Amino acid sequence: MPRIADEGGLHIDARLKAIWETAPGIRGVLSSVDHKRIGIRYIVTAFIFLIAGGVEALVMRLQLAHSDLKILSPEAYNQLFTMHGFTMIFLYAGPVLSGFSNYLWPLLLGSRDMAFPRLNALSYWIFLLAGIFLYVSFPLGLAPNAGWFNYPPLSAKDYNPGPNIDFYLLGLIFLGISTTVGAANFLVSLLRTRAPGMSINRLPILVWGTLTTSIGNLLAVPAVSLACVLLFTDRQFGTHFFDVEAHGQPLLWQHLFWMFGHPWVYAIVLPALGIVSDALPTFCRRPLVGYTPVALATVATMIVGFGVWLHHMFATGMPMLSLAFFSAASLVITIPSAVSTFAWVATIWTGKPVLTTPFLFLSSFILLFVIGGVSGVMTGAVPFDFQLTDTYFVVAHLHYVLIGINVFPVVGGIYYWFPKMTGRMMGERLGRWNFWTMFLGFNIGFFPMHIVGLMGMPRRIYTYAPGLGWDTINLLTTVGAFAFAIGILLFLINLLMSLRSGKRAGANPWDAPTLEWSVPSPAPAYNFAVIPVVASRHPLWEERLNESAERSDLSRGYLLDHGRETLATTVLDAEPDLILKMPGDSYAPLALALALAVLFVGLILHSATCSGLGSVAVALAILVWLWPQRSLGQIGESTHV
Amino acid sequence: MSELGLRNRVLPIGSFGRKSSGWYGVWTLVLTEATLFAYLLFSYFYLASQANGDWPIGGPPSLKLAAPNTLVLLLSSAALIWAERSGARQGKRWQLLSGLALSLVLGVVFVLVQLREWQTKSFSIHSGTYGSSYFIVTGFHLAHVIVGLMLLLALFIWALNGMFDRQRHAPLTIGAIYWHFVDVVWLIVFTALYLVPRLK
Repeated sequence: MPRIADEGGLHIDARLKAIWETAPGIRGVLSSVDHKRIGIRYIVTAFIFLIAGGVEALVMRLQLAHSDLKILSPEAYNQLFTMHGFTMIFLYAGPVLSGFSNYLWPLLLGSRDMAFPRLNALSYWIFLLAGIFLYVSFPLGLAPNAGWFNYPPLSAKDYNPGPNIDFYLLGLIFLGISTTVGAANFLVSLLRTRAPGMSINRLPILVWGTLTTSIGNLLAVPAVSLACVLLFTDRQFGTHFFDVEAHGQPLLWQHLFWMFGHPWVYAIVLPALGIVSDALPTFCRRPLVGYTPVALATVATMIVGFGVWLHHMFATGMPMLSLAFFSAASLVITIPSAVSTFAWVATIWTGKPVLTTPFLFLSSFILLFVIGGVSGVMTGAVPFDFQLTDTYFVVAHLHYVLIGINVFPVVGGIYYWFPKMTGRMMGERLGRWNFWTMFLGFNIGFFPMHIVGLMGMPRRIYTYAPGLGWDTINLLTTVGAFAFAIGILLFLINLLMSLRSGKRAGANPWDAPTLEWSVPSPAPAYNFAVIPVVASRHPLWEERLNESAERSDLSRGYLLDHGRETLATTVLDAEPDLILKMPGDSYAPLALALALAVLFVGLILHSATCSGLGSVAVALAILVWLWPQRSLGQIGESTHV
Repeated sequence: MSELGLRNRVLPIGSFGRKSSGWYGVWTLVLTEATLFAYLLFSYFYLASQANGDWPIGGPPSLKLAAPNTLVLLLSSAALIWAERSGARQGKRWQLLSGLALSLVLGVVFVLVQLREWQTKSFSIHSGTYGSSYFIVTGFHLAHVIVGLMLLLALFIWALNGMFDRQRHAPLTIGAIYWHFVDVVWLIVFTALYLVPRLK
């Protein structure tokens, strides 16, 4: 007989809390596997990197504010723009979305944790250590300096003999492990840990976004990790993959990098689109228009996204036929994008919008998405791209995409889920100042970049001559960039003030429809006192929508209170299949991440002893981790073989 | 709730064969690792297509060691299947342990023969794009074999400690998937590096 709870009494909550809560103090900090703590850590760490990358950008904007300025040396400028790109794309944009999904997935899916809680902790620790690994190069003056896509031969040993590029290569391989194990965790969590009744047509769009991203990452990250390994062996062990003199092919780097790079672009926007698709309808007081087309558009974008990498390489002298094919594929992406855009617009149009701060961020995102999308289509056309490649037009495009489609939904998402994470609301009044400063600053700063790009200003130059007509526009961009930074600052101030003295939030302060709002704020360690049974896409709006006679049951279901347990359900129908025994606090993830760090430090120092020790430690940490445990039901109980 | 069949159903608890999370997890590992080898072979063929003449260096690589070695690796997989089917699932300790041991020994033989083959090559990792590609592709595979061997060793120790019974031996099922995957990758690498150049 399954254990069924009829009433969620207080003693049950206390018992579950004792089972699930992380140990207090430093022990808990180092060993917690709670997806909510890990998710928040991810978001906070990613924001620290956002600030670092932002400061780097502001310094560059000072240098570019006027022609012939000498604030930065060319070498310092090279390191700054490389670190800015690497930081924003790899250490902020991806991880911040992992943070949201780590925090939200089990709450959205009706589970008590991710499928692999320790793997979740590992993925965070590696992210943190890889970020630190990369940033150690900065104060040493040895930061990567060949741009965030690091093309050889510029990044080859002959032209870049220092350890700068090795920091890039090893850092990216190290970080790739984090991305990969995180993606595997999301995929298995989706397959196995949905609440009974949570069939795939009831998944929130954020889940669709992160699922698509995770599969994309599993298929794409090996390309860039491999490229980094090959370039590293070229630089340190005398192989010739990219070495022109030995008939190596620098273009092979570009292929491998962009086979990864373009899917990654979608990986860092699709979950953000999911945030919009899930949160925006709450403020329109109606379900998302076109759930099924939007879900399918999410998946379709990634699938097509694997066939467009060559559009980053139009100017490399490929045959015209392949350019035409990849150009066409790139233009096809507009179709799913347009489907989603019209769905959001229709949701606002046919809803009753409530103009809160999160609504402002989420709805203005649509405008930025369209601007970034249109400039993307423009550069997807080969002749236009020939003219614009490596100009500020491309810089404008990618910032509209990354800030417009990632930062705006993320900030809106934090306003939206902050009450669930902390039990307090964020300030509305300061929120509006925050929004308008960011929105105006961003557009004043980045829109003129299109124009200066059309005027021919190349990207990645540390200064420019007077008399080209670029001074005024660049000054405007610098002013806008600082205004945008002030907007981010207002956001952080609001965040800290609200954390201390924000209004207390109830379980469902926005009157939202999905499962995470059915539990108290902040969410308890065990998430759900009983595993809910889901009957629709909007479990908390069933009465008013009255789409069918079926009702979700949030108070009666599996209690599972014999140690850390959650329910595994079948892949397609989400029917109960197994009771999963979940691991508790563990130092194994931190130990494995540190062992890997020792290995990578050994590689950068060319110390065989250090990397050897690291490898042995990695093997031991994995062995200890995998050692079968009776408490996890991994050891046979009947007659032993 | 009744149509979901929540009541009156006994669910298994914990790590249980193909219902365990690890079983799903190892398939994600296989997926991403298979992609890694796909990109490796893409790089190999890309460089081959751009090479000027000397590819492969000294003609197609000899099958003298590689062909029997392929058989060794296949036998190792067969031994592991036997260990699981006739050993663990039937509750027969001797079959389980001897199957695992045999699989392990054959895997070690593969590594030694492969290292021997490396020594016989007339070229090195520094010899142009072919030399680099040959050693990196086979080296990547060899590294996977070594990881697999460590896994087999751990499984052997766990089996020796009597940690598995007829119902509960998920680590064995999961580890076997990885080992078979490493085998399948070798068949593809062998075909690409040793057989394809003979088609010319």
